[in-house]
Amino acid sequence: MKTTLKLMATSCLTLTASMAFADGHMANEMTIVSWGGAYSNSQQKAYHEPYMENTGVNIINDESSAEAVAKLRAMNEAGNVTWDVVDVVASDAIRLCDEGLALEIDADTQLADGDDGSKASDDFGDLLVSECFIPQIVYSTTVGYRTDLVGDTAPTDICAIFDTDAYPGKRSLEKRPINNMEWALLCDGVAKDAVYDVLETEEGQAQAFAKLDTIKDDVIWWSAGADTPQLLADGEVVMGSTYNGRLFSLIEEQKQPVAMLWDAQVFDLDGWIIPAGLTPEREARALDYVKFATDTQRLADQSKYIAYGPARASSAPLVGKHADLGIEMAPHMPTDPNNAKNTFLYNYEWWADYRDDLDAKFQAWLSK
Amino acid sequence: MTEVLAADGRPLKASLNRALRRQKLRALALIAPLLIFILVSFVMPIADMLFRSVENEIVSDTLPRTVQALESWDSSSGEAPGEAVFNALYTDMALATEYKSHTRLGSRLNYELTGVSSLFRKSGRRVKRFDTDVYADAFRDADPAYADPSQWAAWMGDDTVRAAVPVTAATYDAWAKMIVEVDNDDPAKEEPWDFVYTSLYNEAVAGASLPVAVDVSGVEPVSLREQFVEVDKNWLDIDVWQTIKIYAPKYTNGYFLNSVDLLKGPDGAEARPESERIYVVLFIRTMIMSLSIMGMCVLLGYPIAWLLANLKDRTANLLMILVLLPFWTSLLVRTSAWKVLLQQQGVINDVLVWIGLVADDGRLQLINNQTGTIIAMTHILLPFMILPLYSVMKTIPPSYLRAAKSLGATDWTAFWRVYFPQSVPGIGAGCILVFILSIGYYITPELVGGTKGVFISNRIAYHISSSLNWGLAAALGSILLAVVLLLYWVYDKIVGIDNVKLGG
Repeated sequence: MKTTLKLMATSCLTLTASMAFADGHMANEMTIVSWGGAYSNSQQKAYHEPYMENTGVNIINDESSAEAVAKLRAMNEAGNVTWDVVDVVASDAIRLCDEGLALEIDADTQLADGDDGSKASDDFGDLLVSECFIPQIVYSTTVGYRTDLVGDTAPTDICAIFDTDAYPGKRSLEKRPINNMEWALLCDGVAKDAVYDVLETEEGQAQAFAKLDTIKDDVIWWSAGADTPQLLADGEVVMGSTYNGRLFSLIEEQKQPVAMLWDAQVFDLDGWIIPAGLTPEREARALDYVKFATDTQRLADQSKYIAYGPARASSAPLVGKHADLGIEMAPHMPTDPNNAKNTFLYNYEWWADYRDDLDAKFQAWLSK
Repeated sequence: MTEVLAADGRPLKASLNRALRRQKLRALALIAPLLIFILVSFVMPIADMLFRSVENEIVSDTLPRTVQALESWDSSSGEAPGEAVFNALYTDMALATEYKSHTRLGSRLNYELTGVSSLFRKSGRRVKRFDTDVYADAFRDADPAYADPSQWAAWMGDDTVRAAVPVTAATYDAWAKMIVEVDNDDPAKEEPWDFVYTSLYNEAVAGASLPVAVDVSGVEPVSLREQFVEVDKNWLDIDVWQTIKIYAPKYTNGYFLNSVDLLKGPDGAEARPESERIYVVLFIRTMIMSLSIMGMCVLLGYPIAWLLANLKDRTANLLMILVLLPFWTSLLVRTSAWKVLLQQQGVINDVLVWIGLVADDGRLQLINNQTGTIIAMTHILLPFMILPLYSVMKTIPPSYLRAAKSLGATDWTAFWRVYFPQSVPGIGAGCILVFILSIGYYITPELVGGTKGVFISNRIAYHISSSLNWGLAAALGSILLAVVLLLYWVYDKIVGIDNVKLGG
């Protein structure tokens, strides 16, 4: 009984204490939300540490990006936004912007100009996919395969995923329609620029599902970014889709017999948003941080720690060697000309419309 | 009967009642912190969440004029609504764009009809640049008073003017409110925007008497219907208007219909096309798999609990630690460990191949299917079965079994007729715990369940965190809650809830 009381008292205290500190925005502190792991680490080294040194602002890391959209909405409804800057993928940024949960940014006046003198809006170019989104890196979803399990002819194009005769064995694909539907159509003879037009029709969706049906029994569906690397390392799958940075560390850091199939890699963007509804003081600090963290040099610095391409055109020439491995990073960037021979452009607007509908259909198809 | 009086001369009954009431209040005050805590942190959020499953104010809040104008539109006519509705839509859109609520509404309606999201986003971007500036110019050119913000403010404060141009007055009010709320400006210093002049023009054409007479006959009318269609031809799509009309009421049963694979059509519920039906299957699967997990837990947990209760203290304690150790390990670690064990190149398959039970090319599929979910979840939930079983078994005196045997019962009869009935309350408690926990699980099924081993809670999590369709998530959650309560009631009827014990 006494212990229970003590326990309860302690938990009460912890609760009050954490509530008191939940808003912990003492004058010189900001909370930055990101994905955790190697990615957060690269941001810590490239952005947070120099920024803290320059300004004396203390940065607190929060690894909630995966649930950022839902949490921001909940915070906004509760009227207590505790985050200052949030790292999200572009499609989430669009959703947050649509929901009025993110601040609109004017790239030219609120972000740094490029080192080469170009305006921010030209430097980022097409990557400014939403008024609220400040692009940071270009990553791609691409396929890795086990070099020792594919036989004598290594796969060279994306349709190897659907070719179970030449490459028997399991393959891993992400448990969502995005990317898979596009790849299915590409490998079913649809021209690259017609993919979304075809996918808009009932017949086109049926065509994509029919193509996916041919490998349905051979697919392990993943939902966490770490799944495919683990499945490849264990030899559980012969090939699988994942983010290019994950494959880089599997190949270069862990030295696994895996190679990358850059063909039809799907570019996607990751970047910052600033939550709507911050106090003017916090908003100004968040803007200041973002302006610093997305300038030409900082974006190039991040590629020293992780194999994702900087979102500014002016950063590309500054990409150097990996900080620990000492290898040139440029050839590992998804945007490198050798890797980007055949890329697929992900259509954000299109998916914002069709995501809900196609996801329901995809889930229904999966459970059949 | 004479009334018994207390020492102070009051009736004894009354003063006893008072003393009792005081005691009750004191007791209530003691548990008040807990009560308030539960109310604030548990009851209110759940009630709020349940409310979201029917709440649908966003449509009528964002497009109030359009919703009203749509009332007279007949959706079965096969024609998109006429100019009047588009006029209302113009005002609503222009205001919503400033409040940035049009895209929110777009995402909301996109759950029901694909394409509405970009329709609203696009239209919001263009609505400020419609050709309606000709109206504003016409009025301002006709009389400079129309370009004077303070004059406008004066008119709109004048009841006779308001009565003459009621629609313009209402539009001006909404505009002024927006100027104050969004821009933090003074409406008396800002010239009204085009959509206010548009309302004024429409009323002038209809013959209303303007504050300062203006001849508008020379102004070329701008068709707002055409303006919207120019932005996106989907504004002529009957389905778009039907969706807005169906979801116009403040409360909707649409989310609940969605969660049982139905569709809210113009004439009530319709079946969803087969390619989109998921939820009923998932509900049934969740129930069946949770029951299997519960059954597995009873089968595995019962002997362990018996051992725990009957071994010597030292050994029992060691065993207890073994039971609790995985319980203290992170859920993700345990689930990942199961992956390593169960996958086709995993430890179990390797051993089976090594001892020759399974051919190398015929390795068992133990994970990414229902088997995987049942194995991993049985392991994770097992302590919740063992602990109540153990605490109940601990109270069963071993002498009962000895007595039964000394009276001639076989081992089996002694167990089945004497021991087992006394352990039933523990089984009941364990089953309820395991079952209720398992229908709400989603991390483990997501990681090891593949396509056929996922639960309804996975879809709830998806709608909460990814699609932001909280209404649908709330509806699915409410149904799940209702099913649990129903099962609880059935359990109470069959077994009796008094027959459940968590401990001696």
